[in-house]
Amino acid sequence: MGQTLFDKIWDHHLIDTIKNGPQVLYIDKHLIHEVTSPQAFNELKERSIPVFRPNQIVATADHNTPTINQHLPIKDTLSKNQLDQLYTNCIDNNITLYQLGHQYNGIVHVMAPELGITQPGMTMVCGDSHTSTHGAFGAIAFGIGTSQVAQVFASQCLLLTKPKNLRVTVNGELHKGVLSKDVILYIISKLGTNSGTGYFCEYAGDVFKNMSMEGRMTVCNMSIEMGARGGMIAPDETTYNYIKGRKFAPKGIEFDKKVAYWNTLPSDNDAIFDQEYTFDAADIEPMLTYGTNPGMGIKITETIPVNENASFKKSLEYMNFEVGASLINQPINYVFIGSCTNSRIEDFRVAANYIKGKQKASNVTAWLVPGSKQVENQIIEEGLKDIFVEAGFELRQPGCSACLAMNDDKIPKGEYCVSTSNRNFEGRQGQGSRTILASPLVAAATAIEGRIIDITKHLN
Amino acid sequence: MEKFIKITSKAIPLAIENVDTDQIIPARFLKATDKKGFGDNVFRDWRFDKNGELNTEFSLNNTSYSGNILIAGDNFGCGSSREHAAWALVGYGFKVIISSFFADIFKGNALNNGLLPLQVSPTFLAVLMKTVQENPATEIEVDLENQTISLLEKSVSESFEIDSYKKTCMINGYDDIDYLLSKKEMIEAFEAQRVQLK
Ligand code: SF4
Repeated sequence: MGQTLFDKIWDHHLIDTIKNGPQVLYIDKHLIHEVTSPQAFNELKERSIPVFRPNQIVATADHNTPTINQHLPIKDTLSKNQLDQLYTNCIDNNITLYQLGHQYNGIVHVMAPELGITQPGMTMVCGDSHTSTHGAFGAIAFGIGTSQVAQVFASQCLLLTKPKNLRVTVNGELHKGVLSKDVILYIISKLGTNSGTGYFCEYAGDVFKNMSMEGRMTVCNMSIEMGARGGMIAPDETTYNYIKGRKFAPKGIEFDKKVAYWNTLPSDNDAIFDQEYTFDAADIEPMLTYGTNPGMGIKITETIPVNENASFKKSLEYMNFEVGASLINQPINYVFIGSCTNSRIEDFRVAANYIKGKQKASNVTAWLVPGSKQVENQIIEEGLKDIFVEAGFELRQPGCSACLAMNDDKIPKGEYCVSTSNRNFEGRQGQGSRTILASPLVAAATAIEGRIIDITKHLN
Repeated sequence: MEKFIKITSKAIPLAIENVDTDQIIPARFLKATDKKGFGDNVFRDWRFDKNGELNTEFSLNNTSYSGNILIAGDNFGCGSSREHAAWALVGYGFKVIISSFFADIFKGNALNNGLLPLQVSPTFLAVLMKTVQENPATEIEVDLENQTISLLEKSVSESFEIDSYKKTCMINGYDDIDYLLSKKEMIEAFEAQRVQLK
């Protein structure tokens, strides 16, 4: 019987199976950041255990960092303490750190792929649930708790129960104005936030084959929002072209050898998935969420559905929306283009392309937060910054920013924010904030109009 | 990790379903770099009102209840994967959480911190909750070795399930790190063989 992409990579990293218990899986790359690593470092120190493979760990500062004046000392003492500890821990343990201001600094899930750290066939972990992003390269990548961060520090391995295989296939051609973000919001709105529990999800079909690496990362990033442990897309020419020439990518003959191996990874034709779903690309439109979990999404032309469930009602109450209402023409004062879901160069190109020659609505505060220093530089080099500034937008410095509002970038209480991030939970972007998840195109259009518009009518 | 074999204790009832990790430890406390201290803020927004006054209605603040067992409603520990939730409960002094269902990631995090997530049937949970609410002096015995939980004076008990690997870890006070370190040679052999394949 054939094997899935997931099974093949899992098997290649399986070291041992405990009778009636979990399996020992080898981890190739471990990414860390300031919020979930300090307790793991302390744990090792207390038990006098050395970090086993420091050169397989890469660190960045992202969750807690300011997005303006990064050259100045950090005012929040608790945040500063987390960054200081990360620095000391990395120095003490010989771990590469791209700290604030470094040319490679950025959100962990943006920085690693663009440096060529993320490669097909790898196992990758990070103390952050959106580690699923890296699955876009055909890697097994997933988020872990802090005890597990310590386990990987100590042994480069994890004890895990193997998840099952799920495949979501989308065939056909996407309509104009429908981006990868809309595809994943559409899938989650159809399947719900729990459908993926216990599974690793492979995305297959024309839509993903034709998608750029940036688009694939957006899709895999949000796999966790349907409950899946991770998402994956089979590696192909698009993947190889993206990796080739990047800083940590294999070079020369080494690269060709790797490609030969990577080509063996895609799921076999007769591989069996434990669960399968299929959708038609033609049915997808630009999407918006109206509630407080990412599964509460509608097509931009649809109205908020009827649902008698108590938590559904509570959610609409929080958002101050009514059943049967359309979101078109909803006034919006905040727009956020950023987060590990949509802060790559392609996302800013889409936004700039729409914004060019237009002016931001005066009621809107719009934050554009690049995912990394490299993206920031590219925005400047490609002249996108000029377009943004002329249109009245503010280009910030890289970091997680308003995605989780752990720094100062908070949406005020009661305000709506059209956001390209991944979670619309109550208070996620600041206490009392109301998040509407959307694509960078819809976000850009909202900022120009000061309200939500039916973007499909505004594309020539 | 401390060894866990058998405990007998009074219990604190928390008759609320779907307790999520944000309620166990609110996000604003995640800036700490230590595992200690989270116990002070466990269920922070339930234990204290908006003005920072102690909410005496809340069962943890009710002085008639005591012990290191928490009896909670169905689906305990859902929401974010933050391990801070387990640290907060352990820090407060809990050794066992009883519920009729636990969220997956919380369960793993709890076990990694020597906190036993003990799943009982909905009927047994109802009996436990009611008995303790009526008589806060009720003693509960949790015997991990024999996988039983008993209400001593009523002589009612139920057996519970636990992964045999995790059970061994809890009884011996080992955690996954200890296990993985014991496999060091196997891990190194795996690495060496992979290098040769290249
Ligand atoms: S951008 Fe948001 S989701 Fe992504 S790593 Fe940062 S906080 Fe997590």
